[in-house]
Amino acid sequence: MAIQIPDSEAQEFKWEGSLDELKGLVSERAMTGETMLLNMGPHHPSTHGVLRLLLELDGEEIVTCMPDIGFLHTGIEKNIESKTYEKAVTLTDRMDYLSPISNNMAFCLAVEKLTDLDVPARAQLIRVTCLELQRLSSHLVWLGTHAIDLGAMSVFLYCFREREKILEMLEMLSGQRMMGSYFRPGGVWRDITPDFLPTLRAFLDIIPAKIDDYEALLTRNPLWIDRTQGIGVVEPEVALAWGLSGPTLRGSGVNWDIRKAMPYSGYEQFEFNVPLGEHGDVYDRFYCRILEMRETVKILEQAYARLLKEPAGIFRSNNRKFVPPPRAELGQSMEAVIHHFKLWTEGFSAPDEEVFVSIESPRGEISCYLHGTGGTKPRRVHFKTPSFIHIGALPVMTNGHLIADLVAIIGSIDCVLGDCDR
Amino acid sequence: MGVTQKLGNLGVVTTTLDTAINWARNGAMWPLLFGLACCAIEYMSTQASSYDLSRFGMELNRATPRQADLIIVSGRVTRKMAPVVRQLYDQMASPKWVISMGDCASCGGVYNNYAVVQGVDEIIPVDVYVAGCPPRPEQLLHGILTLQEKIYGETIKDWA
Amino acid sequence: MQIPKPLDPAVAIKSALPDAIADIKEFRGETTLIINREHIVAVAQYVRDTPGLIYTFLSDISAVDYYPEASRPERFGVSYHIYSLLYNRRLRLKVFVPEDDTTVATVTGVWPVANWLEREIFDMMGITFSGHPDMRRLLMPADWDGHPHRRDYPLGYETIQFSFNIEEILKHKPLAKE
Repeated sequence: MAIQIPDSEAQEFKWEGSLDELKGLVSERAMTGETMLLNMGPHHPSTHGVLRLLLELDGEEIVTCMPDIGFLHTGIEKNIESKTYEKAVTLTDRMDYLSPISNNMAFCLAVEKLTDLDVPARAQLIRVTCLELQRLSSHLVWLGTHAIDLGAMSVFLYCFREREKILEMLEMLSGQRMMGSYFRPGGVWRDITPDFLPTLRAFLDIIPAKIDDYEALLTRNPLWIDRTQGIGVVEPEVALAWGLSGPTLRGSGVNWDIRKAMPYSGYEQFEFNVPLGEHGDVYDRFYCRILEMRETVKILEQAYARLLKEPAGIFRSNNRKFVPPPRAELGQSMEAVIHHFKLWTEGFSAPDEEVFVSIESPRGEISCYLHGTGGTKPRRVHFKTPSFIHIGALPVMTNGHLIADLVAIIGSIDCVLGDCDR
Repeated sequence: MGVTQKLGNLGVVTTTLDTAINWARNGAMWPLLFGLACCAIEYMSTQASSYDLSRFGMELNRATPRQADLIIVSGRVTRKMAPVVRQLYDQMASPKWVISMGDCASCGGVYNNYAVVQGVDEIIPVDVYVAGCPPRPEQLLHGILTLQEKIYGETIKDWA
Repeated sequence: MQIPKPLDPAVAIKSALPDAIADIKEFRGETTLIINREHIVAVAQYVRDTPGLIYTFLSDISAVDYYPEASRPERFGVSYHIYSLLYNRRLRLKVFVPEDDTTVATVTGVWPVANWLEREIFDMMGITFSGHPDMRRLLMPADWDGHPHRRDYPLGYETIQFSFNIEEILKHKPLAKE
């Protein structure tokens, strides 16, 4: 029996949109139908989240690539305006969810600069340890997903095995695997636990061999080289003009690492190299990050040696106007109770001025612009995040390449959409 | 049209059939390869070596909603993303289930503002809510096991 | 190659473009040059290309809304954070934008990275950049009303659910159906 469609549904489909809004964005050939417009995302397995790309294709070759972002725009900057400085740290965690600690760091540094708050040397050391652990864990996720995009499944399983160990250590410190909010203005939340240093030692003993394992799977693998070398080339001048930073910039051979150029949190006391690429293609960016993982292990070894000399001690500033007093003081000192009450109800005030700090996150330069009101809440917070800039520069890298290479390029800029959209 | 409607109440036959069908559905539930934000990273951890989601018949992620049975909404759903999530849900073939993973998907979480939908249950019906920001892999596993328990309680009549 | 000696940006700009700088501010070691709005592109071009300045890298453009304070002459401020890789120093250029004429000339011709940063400011603050190649919304949906990061735009706060008010909230919550 033939299926009868009711009249109301049988109406002819009519498209009422128009191509006019795309004029000037795509080439003239798209208007005549010579090239094809293809929508990729926001739900696509290899866009690392909810990135939408509108591609103009000539066969399989990309003519124009138009990223469309904002599918994860969460209003974090607006939300921070209604929080006190201390409470806002929690929100910054969730921007770049692969390296929450870097976001905390950028925000805390900005607050410390705005209020002229000192951070003790040992707190800075703990911070560097956490930052470098987080850099390692972020690079492990990047390596796993980048490899899985190009068809190497097992790397993903190896990387996540080691990442779990890092998350366990961060959990020891902050009580949470990912969103610890461990950094606070003036230092860190609490001292490192007694278990932390032995666990870090055990981890540092195994990790160099594990990085060798990843390299054995990828670095000289002819399939990997075929898919990555000569793809998505960015010249150094172009990279600077488009504001790239981090390993994406250093893959092009520009030596700019904020940890070296403008050291923060005591990075000048550590010895490490800045690995540079040569050709600026996907392979060089990949190899830069692999080498950076080894440098990170170097920094962690130095930090471990220094922490071992002083396993417990000062971990945050002693300035009671900004940092809450320790629990033990509350029973003895009336002043401590007042400070505690003031800090957790009203918060501390910051002047009506603007500051700008930037740090080197695993992805690149993450910078925080903070404008106070003179009161306890900020007037405006703006984060420039590396993923935002890198996705904006995506057309520069992709145009002229095949659509299959697009996946490799997206993986190589290591974008996190939460970081991009905020 | 279900079996019971055609044949009337068959008592022990349909109960056994229920068990068999539910066992089959539970043992090979294919989640949609769909990640939104932070929780998606924990979802990846759950699937990776340490927690190994495939112990529960869930290792096969489908990238197309047409082949998926379960959508795990992992992360904040923004106003711009909401129509996309609904469309994905609509494209999935019945029977289908939804797990709302994490605080943001369940109730908006820490983002009580203009951009975020306050709970994905405003857009798609949710079977299991998993709390946490983000939930630990164990919590997600618990949520999935809860969903499987729920499915064992279903009968063919419900789907008829 | 001989690297030219670094110049003081304020002095150099004053000598080349006498009307451009309205004010100079120092805070916590950061220099802010407040630029008259119509000169921003000329200043940007000058600090990028002049030997001794070479601010080739645009780190960030961010806008701030001074809304509730009527005492300020202009409502918005747009800050350009630029960085010189050669001399390893930062500089902030700032322009003030009045509420009734929210246009600034674009610097995409000087630093291409400004493209998305300016689009974001247009989306979030409603400041239009004249001459920009693609002035559309970036983060919010295209049909969104208003500019969310302005101080007079509501946060969109909803009542938090507790056990004592959950029934009242569920009555009004639009729950999805199959």
